[in-house]
Amino acid sequence: MEKFTKIISKAIPLAIENVDTDQIIPARFLKATDKKGFGDNVFRDWRFDKNGNTNTAFSLNNSLYSGSILIAGDNFGCGSSREHAAWALVGYGFKVIVSSFFADIFKGNALNNGLLPLQVTPSFLAILMKTVQENPETKIEVDLENQTISLSDTNVYENFDIDPYKKTCMINGYDDIDYLLSKKEMIEAFEIQRK
Amino acid sequence: MSKTLFDKIWDQHVVDTIKEGPQVLYIDKHLIHEVTSPQAFNELKERSIPIFRPNQIVATADHNTPTINQHLPIKDKLSKNQLEQLSKNCFDNNITLYELGHKYNGIVHVMAPELGITQPGLTMVCGDSHTSTHGAFGAIAFGIGTSQVAQVFASQCLLLKKPKSLRVTVNGKLKKGVLPKDVILYIISKLGTNSGTGYFCEYAGNVFEDMSMEGRMTVCNMSIEMGARGGMIAPDETTFNYIKDRQFAPKGTDFDKKVAYWKTLPSDIDAVFDQEYIFDADDIGPMVTYGTNPGMGIKITETIPKENNSSFKKSLEYMNFEAGSSLIDQRINYVFIGSCTNSRIEDFRVAANFIKGKQKADNVTAWLVPGSKQVETQIIKEGLKEIFENAGFELRQPGCSACLAMNDDKIPKGEYCVSTSNRNFEGRQGQGSRTILASPLVAAATAVEGKIIDITKHLN
Repeated sequence: MEKFTKIISKAIPLAIENVDTDQIIPARFLKATDKKGFGDNVFRDWRFDKNGNTNTAFSLNNSLYSGSILIAGDNFGCGSSREHAAWALVGYGFKVIVSSFFADIFKGNALNNGLLPLQVTPSFLAILMKTVQENPETKIEVDLENQTISLSDTNVYENFDIDPYKKTCMINGYDDIDYLLSKKEMIEAFEIQRK
Repeated sequence: MSKTLFDKIWDQHVVDTIKEGPQVLYIDKHLIHEVTSPQAFNELKERSIPIFRPNQIVATADHNTPTINQHLPIKDKLSKNQLEQLSKNCFDNNITLYELGHKYNGIVHVMAPELGITQPGLTMVCGDSHTSTHGAFGAIAFGIGTSQVAQVFASQCLLLKKPKSLRVTVNGKLKKGVLPKDVILYIISKLGTNSGTGYFCEYAGNVFEDMSMEGRMTVCNMSIEMGARGGMIAPDETTFNYIKDRQFAPKGTDFDKKVAYWKTLPSDIDAVFDQEYIFDADDIGPMVTYGTNPGMGIKITETIPKENNSSFKKSLEYMNFEAGSSLIDQRINYVFIGSCTNSRIEDFRVAANFIKGKQKADNVTAWLVPGSKQVETQIIKEGLKEIFENAGFELRQPGCSACLAMNDDKIPKGEYCVSTSNRNFEGRQGQGSRTILASPLVAAATAVEGKIIDITKHLN
């Protein structure tokens, strides 16, 4: 997993609530047996119509917007547990998803892939969304160490929460397998004691 | 201190607690399928980590399998490869696999309970969000991502923060024609799609106590559609009777010992939940959804509400429905009875009971897809297949099918499908398809009439 410390980037607005993982990556693209290539099909059916024509009205296709931060509506990532959704967003180049609420399984999947699900208050989300929509050149700064998200070169910012264990993992690029393997003796003892 | 059903099982499975961090939770049973496991197997292989407890894993092929001609080679190259990968991975690692064609093959959340693998008091996971289904037995069961599948492969444990507790109580008597699917669609329509996020939900009250195991599974299955990682129902005589004598159920005195333990699991009478909701059975009617998330549901006799926000409008635009209108008499060309929500024998009994002596409407293409080989066999044994065929329906072979349309069972663009599955997301059943979630009874009635009818008028 890649290490994550600080990111300064422009952002792409996605002012839709309840974005489910079927929209992030439709089921017909889940036939792969590796993690590669999902980025090409992220939000496939919103980016393209059935004949493959680009939907220019969709924000990811709007050349005004770019960057590795996605600003999304409430309850992002609901639905299926498919981790392909996180792989698709990472594959497309996103490093941070900002929303006022994340679905549980998606949140865990994102963190396990070095993608930061950053939860802000609804009012701060509204400010970010409006600012980026009105001025696509706006830069946003995400500082994981200090747990802050801010509009660059302004004093508009908010603190965000993250599980301290997960924060350490993100900053150092560790994953849960490393930790769980270090506990193997304890797990074996637990199994014996339960019998 | 008093404990909930969830607390009791969770606390018994905690191996360790990280200071200010998550807990190490031991997992008893790990179910896997072809779509969310290959990358986890690869991960372990690349890191030279062996599978820690292969005998606690059970595999099936379901998401990406055809529902006709299962004896023939699979045409789609990618699907074929994915199924071959699963077989190879299971063979290489000594994991039990019920592959396509096996007498125990089926949708993971149908076949595990019917084999007696699912039992009260267990912790169970699967790389599928509808793992919540198994909570119907009083187990802690929840969906996980592929990284977590790899973690369980490596250590039989997961790092998790204990979720908060939620209880939904429904008391009273359900009206005629109101099925477990209607109960859960009603609850989600009242609570919304994210009210359960961060919680594990227990369903309580006589409505759930009176339900069959099939009905309880339908309810727990859709817990994730209100955001809850899992749903649970206290184990009781109905649960024990269902498990008894099944393939992998404990036998003889072992079974009696287990039952004695299972009886200790229900929530203590004074247990406190972080959140409680109470509903009256009398207020629940047959339900349909009108939008693009499972919370957008109404009683079949109600009209689509009017809401002034852009996501709501986008949703109605996709469905081509008008706020304030009714779904009754809406012409429907596709009906799907199947999925891990409603593909058990009881669901097909309900459908057959309505269909018997009637004919399928000419405009309707209906897919009846049993949840497992065992359900398929039972349908034939009970003579339901004959009823379906006499009415012009075709019974297909088991699998997830048109619930997520990974295989060829896709609803065409712009078409409505009245479906007994669990998600009405945009394009869920095929690009541009429009899903209306409903019970097997409403689905069967739609298939016969070729349009949505007020089922409440047809039952007396």
